[in-house]
Amino acid sequence: MTETFYEVMRRQGITRRSFLKYCSLTAAALGLGPAFVPRIAHAMETKPRIPILWLHGLECTCCSESFIRSAHPLAKDVVLSMISLDYDDTIMAAAGHQAEAIITETIEKYDGNYILAVEGNPPLNEDGMYCIIGGRPFLDQLTHAAAHAKAVISWGSCASYGCVQAAKPNPTQAVPVHKVVKDKPIIKVPGCPPIAEVMTAVVTYILTFERFPELDRQGRPKMFYSQRIHDKCYRRPHFDAGQFVEHWDDDSARKGYCLYKMGCKGPTTYNACSTIRWNAGTSFPIQAGHGCIGCSEDGFWDKGGFYNRLTAINQFGIEGNADEVGMAAAGAVGAATAAHLAVSAVKRAQHKGGQE
Amino acid sequence: MQADINRQAVYVYEAPLRLWHWINALAIVVLAVTGYLIASPLPTQPGEASANFLMGYIRFTHFAAGYILGIGFLFRIYWAIVGNHHARQLFLPPLFSAGFWSGVWHEIKWYAFAAREPRKYVGHNPLAVLVMHVLFLWMLVFMLITGFALYGEGAGMDSWQFLLFSSWVIPLFGQSQDVHTWHHLVMWVLVCFVIIHIYVAIREDIMSRQSMVSTMISGWRMFKDGRDVDDGH
Repeated sequence: MTETFYEVMRRQGITRRSFLKYCSLTAAALGLGPAFVPRIAHAMETKPRIPILWLHGLECTCCSESFIRSAHPLAKDVVLSMISLDYDDTIMAAAGHQAEAIITETIEKYDGNYILAVEGNPPLNEDGMYCIIGGRPFLDQLTHAAAHAKAVISWGSCASYGCVQAAKPNPTQAVPVHKVVKDKPIIKVPGCPPIAEVMTAVVTYILTFERFPELDRQGRPKMFYSQRIHDKCYRRPHFDAGQFVEHWDDDSARKGYCLYKMGCKGPTTYNACSTIRWNAGTSFPIQAGHGCIGCSEDGFWDKGGFYNRLTAINQFGIEGNADEVGMAAAGAVGAATAAHLAVSAVKRAQHKGGQE
Repeated sequence: MQADINRQAVYVYEAPLRLWHWINALAIVVLAVTGYLIASPLPTQPGEASANFLMGYIRFTHFAAGYILGIGFLFRIYWAIVGNHHARQLFLPPLFSAGFWSGVWHEIKWYAFAAREPRKYVGHNPLAVLVMHVLFLWMLVFMLITGFALYGEGAGMDSWQFLLFSSWVIPLFGQSQDVHTWHHLVMWVLVCFVIIHIYVAIREDIMSRQSMVSTMISGWRMFKDGRDVDDGH
């Protein structure tokens, strides 16, 4: 039988004290009460490790890069050994045919019992030829692995929404995972990349409770994606006060005022950056003086400049936003009205003249 | 029915409907101005954040006016049911009546200076009904739904605004950003409507065969000639 999580941790030299610390930190990160700490510990001690297949489609590996930087729990020491990460071509030792053989082996051995984690997405154009893994289109690998999986984790905005490779005109026809995998439960963990602690917390929750955490309508875990960056931003008081950065080099920028006018997408972005922050809680984009680009939102790459408040509207063949289009329309209507008024006046004058 | 035709004035708009019209108009002006200032805020305020609350006041005004618009709209639906038949005209345009479309066509000709004289209506003329139904009524519904969806985002996932609106509107559009953009664009549609609405109301008052502006103040429609009306009341 596969080792339990606890056995693996002890074998890795982690003390029981550290293990319990990890359990309470995880409970806190998941928003659970102290009563759940022993439950997490118990689950870790008794449950066999759930094997995870971590597949990579069209992506940039930023999700993996984020994941291995998790501080609570330390991905390096705990999570990578805790989850039975049977396949992840970026961080596994095996390579080539040997590595690909592991996928087949895992699928056969744990049929219907493993978790499929997908980083990146499949391109559909040219029969999937834009992403070849081990001589076969990634699309084949994904649908095959998903068909035998228990559940699917869509890591990052690529797997969740399509991200940059799905930006217009999307030549490879890259689509998010849920467009090709329709019969399995999918949890979306969007972000480019998602926050490391969010990723490890999601994995831990699934392993501990053997189910997904509560999801919103878009399939994201509510515990991390139920509020906008703006709702918990430490610069929010400046927004309410009407104090904004107007230029990157002005006094307001130095004072740390709200970046709303600089195109910060915090008000429309659901993520936990302003609470959990990045790199062990060190900082997050807004704290560093740059607006949020909305990387965890669907279509964030096609909404015009990252530094514009209003979305670009290009349907009319010109660069514009809601105000430019609206003002042009209102101007046209106003001009037409004025012209109509002039003609009406002339007509009326003529009509009156005719009557007399 | 015949008695109506010879009368020079008909009571068309009842007091609650007139009140709704003007409250609604005021709410829309406030919403458009504050909405514009939310998307393009005023210049930065000096001093400490604790001493300022400008954006907060602007947003509060927007939300309060939004509630007035929303509650007013619910009242307007109620009044369409219990009020006189003119109160229903805006909601139920007779789209399958040939006479209605012939009336629309005649109004278009009147506005294109191709007809010598407009027809005479106790209620709205058919073109007005069509434009108000499409360009005003449904746009108002759209603004209320997207507006409350955006409000629900701030009110939180457990709020009724979120459950009733945000929970399905945001995924429908893809994300919050696009809901903002459409909410903003339709504001401009309403601005265009207001320009046309005011121009046409004044023009009709002067050039058509019945009163317009004063009717929405007093409720009485005055006629300038004694001939038969064309909407058969």
